Amino acid sequence: MNDPHLGFIVASYAIGLTVVVALIGWTILDYRAQSRALAELEARSGRRRSRP
Amino acid sequence: MALLSSITALANPARFSAFATRVLPWLAAATAAMLALGLYLGLVVAPADYQQGETVRIMFLHVPSAWLGMMGYTIMAVASLGVLIWRHPLADVAAKAAAPLGAAFTFLALATGSLWGKPMWGTYWVWDARLTSFLILFLMYLGLMALRSAIEEPSRAAKACAVLTLVGSVNIPIIKFSVDWWNTLHQPASVTRMGKPAMDPTILWPLLANALAFTLLFVVLHLAAMRTELIRRRLRTLRITAAASAAFAPEPAE
Repeated sequence: MNDPHLGFIVASYAIGLTVVVALIGWTILDYRAQSRALAELEARSGRRRSRP
Repeated sequence: MALLSSITALANPARFSAFATRVLPWLAAATAAMLALGLYLGLVVAPADYQQGETVRIMFLHVPSAWLGMMGYTIMAVASLGVLIWRHPLADVAAKAAAPLGAAFTFLALATGSLWGKPMWGTYWVWDARLTSFLILFLMYLGLMALRSAIEEPSRAAKACAVLTLVGSVNIPIIKFSVDWWNTLHQPASVTRMGKPAMDPTILWPLLANALAFTLLFVVLHLAAMRTELIRRRLRTLRITAAASAAFAPEPAE
């Protein structure tokens, strides 16, 4: 590919890759954080309920 | 009938979460395969355009992003009707989960459009009807996310966001028809026009493959974000219940 506008094409795909990776990463990290917090809370409240 | 009952069964948040957990790995694999195919067709197979040269390859990223920016808002508008009219338990979850995705794809459409515009039009930006209405779409997404985070009570936030989303949905047909209603620098519709698309099949098929790949990506991310939002809401309910039971618990005897 020997195009005078190659820089614009590369920049477009670099931004696209960044946005897609950021969205996927944020989705996974948010799911993990919420799942962990829920598991911790359920475990804590479970212990409290089991006390006499 | 069986299909309808299986769809309505998904209105139950627990069933929806189980459904999302079951289908997400398959959808994610299909998305990865389609993205690989779309990129291959767009970057390797598709020929350079006779006028635009290699720059036409930006279109395979720009057009699907623009479609998804508008699709995200349309999903939010339909979900807002679900919030206000039917009070569907998943409607606000769907609307909230779609906002950051729609904003991201709208941003991507604006950024790639700007990078495509400079070599083709000689400028990164013009205040024409299509570009301006698309910028307004991006600002609407940001405004909706800001409004939601500004209201602490979820049911009040849901109603306020639903009303604002529906008011803003007037912008979607404006974006779509801006190139017909006004004299714009942006080209008119070339795929979704009446009759035959004004595009050679060697360019059209890679574009459609990328559009399908990006749509699948949106569906995967939306389902995943909705599942996370359901966990966030359950967490909030449990925290409030725990705080209330601690507040009303009898004082220990001395």
